[in-house]
Amino acid sequence: MTNPLHDLLSTRDWLLADGATGTNLFNMGLESGDPPEFWNETKPDNIRALYRGAVDAGSDLFLTNTFGGNASRLKLHNAGHRARELSRIGAELAREVADSAGRQVIVAGSVGPTGEIMEPVGTLSHASAVEMFHEQAEGLKEGGADVMWVETISAPEEFRAAAEAFALADVPWCGTMSFDTAGRTMMGMTSEGMAEMITFLPNPPLAFGANCGTGASDLLRTVLGFTATGTERAIIAKGNAGIPKYVDGHIHYDGTPELMARYALLARNAGAKIIGGCCGTMPEHLRAMREALESTPKGDAPTLDQIVAEIGPFSSDSDGTGDQSGAPKRERRGRRRA
Amino acid sequence: MADEEDIILADLNDEELVEQMFDDLYDGLKEEIEESVNILLERGWQPYDILTKALVGGMTIVGNDFRDGILFVPEVLLAANAMKGGMFILKPLLAETGAPRVGKMVIGTVKGDIHDIGKNLVGMMMEGAGFEVVDLGINNAVDAYLDAIEAEQPDILGMSALLTTTMPYMKVVIDTLVEKGIRDDYIVLVGGAPLNEEFGKAIGADAYCRDAAVAVETAKTFVGRKHNQLAAG
Repeated sequence: MTNPLHDLLSTRDWLLADGATGTNLFNMGLESGDPPEFWNETKPDNIRALYRGAVDAGSDLFLTNTFGGNASRLKLHNAGHRARELSRIGAELAREVADSAGRQVIVAGSVGPTGEIMEPVGTLSHASAVEMFHEQAEGLKEGGADVMWVETISAPEEFRAAAEAFALADVPWCGTMSFDTAGRTMMGMTSEGMAEMITFLPNPPLAFGANCGTGASDLLRTVLGFTATGTERAIIAKGNAGIPKYVDGHIHYDGTPELMARYALLARNAGAKIIGGCCGTMPEHLRAMREALESTPKGDAPTLDQIVAEIGPFSSDSDGTGDQSGAPKRERRGRRRA
Repeated sequence: MADEEDIILADLNDEELVEQMFDDLYDGLKEEIEESVNILLERGWQPYDILTKALVGGMTIVGNDFRDGILFVPEVLLAANAMKGGMFILKPLLAETGAPRVGKMVIGTVKGDIHDIGKNLVGMMMEGAGFEVVDLGINNAVDAYLDAIEAEQPDILGMSALLTTTMPYMKVVIDTLVEKGIRDDYIVLVGGAPLNEEFGKAIGADAYCRDAAVAVETAKTFVGRKHNQLAAG
């Protein structure tokens, strides 16, 4: 199937994705706790400005403002029934901005987690999850998104449900998980485990990777975990611009544009092909990242020590993969009677 | 390990049974925990001892392995569910016997946030440590917190946020407590994946808790300190 992102990936060595959505919207006056997706309808100019911020800073691809645009999340704001519509509008605004960019820019339809725990541990069934993701995907597709982009996922079950929904919507997709707990996702998945899971999907993504999590260093270690599996699929790196701080009444991430530029180079050297930021990554960071990627040739994959030396320490000792994954579970004393 | 002999819980002596309960909590075996709690009650154990020695002891191991990245959320949820089974039996008995109260916590996820998995874990681990927990669920606006602390008079207010878009809301709640002059009446603990200690301090919380196990330790420390202050004052 031909797709603009597929074509770009086959002609370019790297692509610059976008940065933060939430952090940027706060700066435009979004009240904490309110759903950003409502602005697609009520403040479309702010959303256009958000998108233009990334495009003008040199992003080849940007995500729609639809992260929480599934029925389960919108339900918190009594708008569960509006998932498809708000997703469509978010994608329409993005299409408009991308088409007026004067160069090729990919619109990726952001699909975030449902926020519920899937069976058997939780209560959300696979069928319901697929249905919610499918509904949102149809909206994003109607609005003109080039690809679906599921992100910040913790549970492999949820990732697979999204993949299935994208197959139903017959759209190409990309997907990232958030590795924020001792190198793994909250549900315990390693980078290695994710790379393996991808190979079993009937409709594999165009690219896969990691976003958000704890800091840019940890995210790069995760990227190294992906490449260590020998995967040939394009890898996505969307790390946070440092860690959040509270300064003068608003959230500020402590990663400077210079740090994110170094992160971008390290990400490319580590094997990532689609490189962007997540929380805290503003247009000035993206500009610095673009400039660095354009002016510096690709180098060798960094060691963990080099990552620490260039952009700072990891939040945990290991990432849970390979030899380190054998942390002993508690010895069972015996078997329960039936 | 199919060649091992099956264990008959009722045949174990007290010490072995408590050890077995640690294993069963670790493995999230709810029915076995319920059975063991009933066996100990029949043997004349005080409900409070069953809670602290068996259930809290077992959940402490779970909490430590969660903190150390050996167990992850799915396993901890199963363990907590098993503990809940035991607590369901003990709760009315604890109330009857007037068992000592460690402390009380009102906990909730702030408005608009994505999910309450972390908050649920904290709630369950706190219960596991003997705290009384009032769970406000998800999507709490300032008023929901205020109403709950007014009605419940807890020692601790716990708030959780997982998204950049909702983290600042914890500050909104704390600022409101300050405005009303009641901030210092409560221990305010915050948590959530994107947070850190400095952030917790900057928004005016007493502490940031990295995970559920840390939350329990921190809560105990602060409640202990508060009681000491009251005793001294």
